[in-house]
Amino acid sequence: MCLAALTPAAMAQDVSACLITKTDTNPFFVKMKEGAEAKAAELGVTLKSFAGRVDGDHETQVAAIETCIADGASGILLAASDTSAIVQSVQQARDAGLLVIALDTPLNPIDAADATFATDNFLAGELIGKWAAGTLGDEAANAKIALLNLGISQPTVDVLRNQGFLQGFGIDLGDPAKWGDETDPRIVGHDVTAGNEEGGRKAMENLLAKDPAINVVHTINEPSAAGAYEALKSFGRENDVLIVSVDGGCPGVANVRDGVIGATSQQYPLQMAALGVEAIKAWADSGVKPEPTEGKDFFDTGVSLVTDAPVEGVESIDTAEGEALCWG
Amino acid sequence: MSNQTEADTSLVNRAETVASFEHQHTLLSRLQHALHSNPALVPLIVLVLSIVVFGALLGTKFFSSFALTLILQQVAIVGIVGAAQSLVIMTAGIDLSVGAIMVLSSVIMGQFTFRLGLPPAVAIACGLAVGTFIGFINGWLIARIKLPPFIVTLGMWQIALATNFLYSGNETIRAQDIEANAPLLQFFGTSFNVGGAVFTYGVIFFILLVLVLAYALRHTAWGRHVYAVGDDPEAAALSGVNTKGILISVYMLSGVICAFAGWVLIGRIGSVSPTSGQSANIESITAVVIGGISLFGGRGSILGMFFGALIVGVFSLGLRLLGADAQWTYLLIGALIIGAVAVDQWIRKVST
Repeated sequence: MCLAALTPAAMAQDVSACLITKTDTNPFFVKMKEGAEAKAAELGVTLKSFAGRVDGDHETQVAAIETCIADGASGILLAASDTSAIVQSVQQARDAGLLVIALDTPLNPIDAADATFATDNFLAGELIGKWAAGTLGDEAANAKIALLNLGISQPTVDVLRNQGFLQGFGIDLGDPAKWGDETDPRIVGHDVTAGNEEGGRKAMENLLAKDPAINVVHTINEPSAAGAYEALKSFGRENDVLIVSVDGGCPGVANVRDGVIGATSQQYPLQMAALGVEAIKAWADSGVKPEPTEGKDFFDTGVSLVTDAPVEGVESIDTAEGEALCWG
Repeated sequence: MSNQTEADTSLVNRAETVASFEHQHTLLSRLQHALHSNPALVPLIVLVLSIVVFGALLGTKFFSSFALTLILQQVAIVGIVGAAQSLVIMTAGIDLSVGAIMVLSSVIMGQFTFRLGLPPAVAIACGLAVGTFIGFINGWLIARIKLPPFIVTLGMWQIALATNFLYSGNETIRAQDIEANAPLLQFFGTSFNVGGAVFTYGVIFFILLVLVLAYALRHTAWGRHVYAVGDDPEAAALSGVNTKGILISVYMLSGVICAFAGWVLIGRIGSVSPTSGQSANIESITAVVIGGISLFGGRGSILGMFFGALIVGVFSLGLRLLGADAQWTYLLIGALIIGAVAVDQWIRKVST
């Protein structure tokens, strides 16, 4: 406790922070690192970056946290690979007086970190759900929906987007904490994609084999949407199916512009990281912790619907604006 | 060598047990003999049974030329990589780097076209050359430096995958850009329709590859030498087989086949994506094992792998159409793997 009280003051003249991401190769985290580095340079904060080798590489992240504690950093920005297993190491860092902010991925439980800066993934899903329902109009009552998810382990981000989409579309959720228990006959089925093109294509083929009349497709991210589009093309259905997605990466926004994806929800990794660095600087200078967004248990870094076919009552930006803000 | 021992044993048995000769040829032992001489028979029977069962449960939704050729499309990439894996496993080796070679080759084909501005045909040739070269390094380390295949390809898996991510910056090249500027990259995605059955050039390539390799293994000196090296490398060397040359040729062939798989992959997913093929090594080993190819080398046929890959495809699509949780697919495929090896062991007893 003594150490905890001393650290912020001791570090005030020379603030250093750590950024620990899942990988150094995913454009989402590359953008996050760029945002953190720019803000750190602006505020005179020394930033050290660490990343796992592959997504799910939990041990490298633990070692990185230990390094940061030993290094006397003021705070850690963490995109955790394993949201439950990392909690103990995060507690060690907090006990040593570091401010720990979860970026993008909430820890389990969410209050294991001092704060969470993330996209509201449920809202991201809800926006594309409302857009799809609005675009179909009265036909929404007869829709045939395919749901392309991330993985069978139902990671939180996957569940939030999926359930948000269904709620936005006007479908009764069973248990909002998991997908697959809905009983609405408009749902043709769920399948998993691993979030890449290959998985997107196969999952779409499986669901089309189940019901070739599918006309609405929710995809967990834009690469899986691109794969789903290839499958629809092989069925000759690419022009009469609505595909919606989440992420806002540059190739994804380009696919919205080209009509491959109808609408996508864009998230802002650069913003998450920049705000995170600011929060660590404030903590080091004055011991103030960031507050969550009102009504939520995390700090919402914003999400925008990107589409060139806006629907009344659903706020959106066009692809030109989306391309100016995209990442990757 | 084992054939010789087998012949000797049966000669001895015949001489000693003339009276019970008839008794030895029960239905079961006949079956055992038939399975022993045709290693692709077990997976073929399982494949036909699984098609019949899912056909009965699902009707025309599953048992249609459309759905059955869709399975072929879905297993083509794993099957092509599985063909490469089969060759390596027949030499009593294992290639854990197949998926990484595939994805790296596809990224080179795409990036050389779009970043370096090379004509697509040249970029594709570069991709194939890189795949072959990685295979050569694998083979050279295994044959010349005598490192275990598991270790060499475990290392190469990491090296190829890291190179793939570092070089591509995990940047995806979009299908629309490829379609507009370099359609040759998507060549294997081209499809045609024969009375409701949909074939892609990738599927045709897969089938031709399996047939050519099956012929080469059975009817060429090189093919017999591959089996010989897998069965007993010292004996093969003593009888004049260039075992090192054979091993290196097998790993190079594996590399170039994986590079072709990378080209087929672009056709299937449209885009060039560095995150593809992450589990192709395990999936290809699964197809090989279910296909009845012995992990101890020297036994099995590439047709068995073909059926093995199709069994996995039939189970995956069939279970999804039944609406089963995806976990059931993994559970049943896991059981199939163990079952396949158990059957393999049982068949081997025929020669003892």
